Amino acid sequence: MEVTLTHYLVLSSILFAIGLIGVMRRKNLLMLFFATEILLNATNIAFAAISHYIGDLSGQMFAFFIIAIAASEVAIGLGLLIVWYKRTGKIDLDQMNSMRG
Amino acid sequence: MFEAIAFYLFAALTIVMFTITVMTSQALYAITAMAAGMIFISAFFFILGADFLGAIQIIVYTGAVMALYAFGMMFFDTTRDVIEKRTNPQIVFALGVLAAVMVVAIFVAPVVSNNIQALYPMQENVGNSQAVGMVLFTKYLVPFEVAAVMLLVAMIGGIILAGKKMDKSLTLMAEEEISTMDDGFEPQAGGH
Repeated sequence: MEVTLTHYLVLSSILFAIGLIGVMRRKNLLMLFFATEILLNATNIAFAAISHYIGDLSGQMFAFFIIAIAASEVAIGLGLLIVWYKRTGKIDLDQMNSMRG
Repeated sequence: MFEAIAFYLFAALTIVMFTITVMTSQALYAITAMAAGMIFISAFFFILGADFLGAIQIIVYTGAVMALYAFGMMFFDTTRDVIEKRTNPQIVFALGVLAAVMVVAIFVAPVVSNNIQALYPMQENVGNSQAVGMVLFTKYLVPFEVAAVMLLVAMIGGIILAGKKMDKSLTLMAEEEISTMDDGFEPQAGGH
């Protein structure tokens, strides 16, 4: 009963698949952001596990940078969401067709 | 043994929480389940010996990111169900499984080939936070500074995007003034 690196990678891939299903399923933009957070967290688990089992700290470094990117993404994404909501009153993905050719 | 029990417990909890986040039609359930899932993910980091990463996970995700999302929840009528895309569920399932298998292959391939050299090996006599600090401020100093600039840009961008009409104070205005100025977003050519 020893937890190996493969266990963590399989868990990470399961969470990544859940996030992907969420990205494909959601139509509401805020719910779509939730799914992207799940994707980033799944990769963070994989980085931390590899860092532990290889004995290298680089994985944790990349996990830190991923967390920083996620925080920036939320700030900018919510700002854009507020602007879009002020203009249209809705945050559904299907109504975003103003750039349709 | 204890590690295995903790791993399987938190794995099950995390998968259940994130499934609720993705599948529920209630926005409040989604944000609550995701906050719980973030906490459970930090448990993996503590199991793996990445103490500093676990603390950062709790502080940044369940502190800052969840607070921002709770702020974003004000766009919702939370009693209303979230309308979903009506796509073919078989296609969604097949694509998700295919992508997951690809990710496993990507991660397992270099491990199996066994040719990874530890560039910055963990030191024995220092704690995790100290080791992280030593590596982060020597080998990864430039990416660290770039990440700081990126966060600054994100902060300024968030303020400028969300903070239109910041010259008018909503707390000092009467109700009628607020209702009359509520005419939507006005694009402005220049700054103030």
